[in-house]
Amino acid sequence: MVAEIGQFVLILALVTACLQGALPLVGAARDNRPLMRFGDNAAFVQFAAISGAFACLTIGYVTSDFSILNVVNNSHSLKPMLYKISGVWGNHEGSLLLWSWILALFGLAVALFGRNLPDGLKARVLAIQGLIGVGFLMFILFTSNPFERVSPAPLDGNGLNPLLQDPGLAFHPPFLYLGYVGLSITFSFAIAALIEGRVDPAWARWVRPWTLAAWGFLTIGIALGSWWAYYELGWGGWWFWDPVENASFMPWLAATALLHSAIVVEKRDALKNWTILLAIIAFSLSLLGTFLVRSGVLNSVHAFASDPARGVFILIFLIFVIGGSLLLYGIRAPKMKGGGLFAPISREGALVLNNLLLSTITATVLLGTLYPIFLDAFTGAKVSVGPPYFNATFLPLAIPLAVAMAFGPFLAWKRGDLAGVVSRLKFALFAALAFTGFLWWWKTGAPIMALLGMGLFAWLLVGSILEWTARIKLFRGPLASSWKRMIQLPRSAHGMTVAHIGVALVILGITASETWQSEHLGVMRPGETVTVGGYEFRFDGAETITGPNYDAVQGTFLAYTGDNKGIYLYPEQRRYTDPPMETTEAAIRPMLSADLYTVIGEADGKGGYAVRIYHKPFISWIWIGAFVMFAGGAISLSDRRLRLGAPRSAKHASAATPVPSSVKG
Amino acid sequence: MKLKFLAPVLTFAAIAVILWYALFNLNPSEIPSELVSKPAPAFSLEPVPGYGPGLAQADLATGKVTLLNVFASWCVACMAEHPFFMELTKQNVVEIYGLNYKDKPDAAAQWLDRHGNPYARTGMDLKGRVGIDFGVYGVPETFVISADGKILDKIIGPVSKDMFDMRIRPLLNEAGS
Repeated sequence: MVAEIGQFVLILALVTACLQGALPLVGAARDNRPLMRFGDNAAFVQFAAISGAFACLTIGYVTSDFSILNVVNNSHSLKPMLYKISGVWGNHEGSLLLWSWILALFGLAVALFGRNLPDGLKARVLAIQGLIGVGFLMFILFTSNPFERVSPAPLDGNGLNPLLQDPGLAFHPPFLYLGYVGLSITFSFAIAALIEGRVDPAWARWVRPWTLAAWGFLTIGIALGSWWAYYELGWGGWWFWDPVENASFMPWLAATALLHSAIVVEKRDALKNWTILLAIIAFSLSLLGTFLVRSGVLNSVHAFASDPARGVFILIFLIFVIGGSLLLYGIRAPKMKGGGLFAPISREGALVLNNLLLSTITATVLLGTLYPIFLDAFTGAKVSVGPPYFNATFLPLAIPLAVAMAFGPFLAWKRGDLAGVVSRLKFALFAALAFTGFLWWWKTGAPIMALLGMGLFAWLLVGSILEWTARIKLFRGPLASSWKRMIQLPRSAHGMTVAHIGVALVILGITASETWQSEHLGVMRPGETVTVGGYEFRFDGAETITGPNYDAVQGTFLAYTGDNKGIYLYPEQRRYTDPPMETTEAAIRPMLSADLYTVIGEADGKGGYAVRIYHKPFISWIWIGAFVMFAGGAISLSDRRLRLGAPRSAKHASAATPVPSSVKG
Repeated sequence: MKLKFLAPVLTFAAIAVILWYALFNLNPSEIPSELVSKPAPAFSLEPVPGYGPGLAQADLATGKVTLLNVFASWCVACMAEHPFFMELTKQNVVEIYGLNYKDKPDAAAQWLDRHGNPYARTGMDLKGRVGIDFGVYGVPETFVISADGKILDKIIGPVSKDMFDMRIRPLLNEAGS
């Protein structure tokens, strides 16, 4: 019964989405208010319907209803409740349903919070959202129905891949989808602007919160995914340049570029065409990722079970959405007037440099991801593009980006003063050189790249803090007046500083952990002790334990330095029963200075166990940095100017293109 | 002037055409046809340090069906199939050779230390040259080699038990009977 209800409301959602995609567009073209308003109601109904469908599937999973094929394939009655629930979206069909649900949620958010949007713009945005919804709902209903029944119903399900039974991975897809789908809103705004033929600073202000939110969710989603790889795969790696990782990384890069170019539209009424294009590209890359993951044209660990019929559907959908929107862009963009030219040495010049570098990085990652397909199509040769390509192309572009990140915020709008900026940043330069010199002396023989990375970390960290202190004139007047300036500084400025510091922390984590990791690999017997990275690790033996749906060999390690009491670590080697599979559960003690990472492997039959022990300095800072970046985005999002529905009419805003005096510094 | 604005859609059109073609005409798990039932390409490789002897074309003609598995320490998917290969070796189902692809010798040796060594022989293809001759598309890949050293089939991606029963076991049985 539940499955039939789910099926029915899903069809209802599709019908609603069709209407939502058509009527408001007609209304906006004819200036017919009721038709335009229809979008709001449709968004609500669509959200309610898809929520219903999602609830039905969740009930199927929670109650282990094995008459539903999807539940049989991905669940098992013995699975812990958290993974029964995360199993809802841990498969192709369910994840698409989650996608559509978030799409409807965001549509509803526009309907509810977009009261201050001009009627026509709002109606068009909701209509485009509706059309995207049509595509996804049709995809679900025609090729990937999660409510398909199976008869006779089997006694138990096949279980979820144990590698995926993990809290990090339970929340990784929802965050990623929040990011992808958030980009659909900026996409809809871009298309609406192209239809209207008008982009102004007010438009940029409406778009920016959505971009920020999408970017923040993507940041968290990607960080969760890499954290999962780090502790679940059991050998300490955290990023592999896998096609599916790239599929989430490319939209993030494009969204980062969009975030920065939208500022130029807002403040200087320039870069409009480029910003529209970026908004289209960012969402297109999200869709392309979906295609690559689900169509079977690329091989990947993450790939969902692929089916050519699905591939055809997504590709046709891609051609409609991406091809259609880029064609619209080609026709309408030339008519949109851009702002004036501007000087290369200026805030907007720095933002253009940021965009050039970020979009070049996006293009190289895209090329590396698609190259195997292209080469195969043209020459029949099959090649693999592995981490060597990406490391060789990514770093030379990322390094100047990090260098420029400290510069940009210091430059004033319109005309910056490079000499002045250099003189203000001399302390950051000094800090970077001193820090690098110190490391060179302390860690003799450190590789050049490591010194460069640590120098960049110090440069960006100190540079970002300097910029912030300069804005509030810290130590250049009474503390009380600095305090007042700090309160008055827009939240977006605080957010930028925080996010840039987050990037610096990520650089620290990557560089330090890649360079100064120490490890011990080999067989250990109970009672033996080894020294890794300044810690003594004592192996106290291993025993067999039983979990809810697995058996495991659990080892006990005591890690200690000279005088403290030490830390116990319990790594496991699990053997799941449904489906039968072994997984490694590393025991990790994350600390600010380093992670202690232990893994237990096979017994050697003579009382010893294969173990591996790592000491990874500062690696936690990769994820702390990512979270700090997210926090920066959240702070910026709370800025009053950006809050949805900030009372400001389009006309008023475009008349006053403000150059805030606070940033002239 | 206007062409500039059409560049994005034209670029996308080109990508879409290729993706369309790829979807229907290319199969990433398909072996380049010219290699089927041809002798494996000539090569001779040093072993992963500590996991000798090395691997050469001549070693593949063993008089029984064997597997040549392409692996690398940087390859995530290799982790997925590795326990299964360990099992196959433990039960003496089939002899497996390891072609270590574009890896660092130390990293490869460590990886085998950690996860166990299912391979009767290993060879390091440091530059990926042998991989090109074999038409290696991604890692992992597994070639089924006949008794006289010819390529019978290729499996792209991790080898699961199902995949083994479906594609490899029939070839083993055929050769055995």
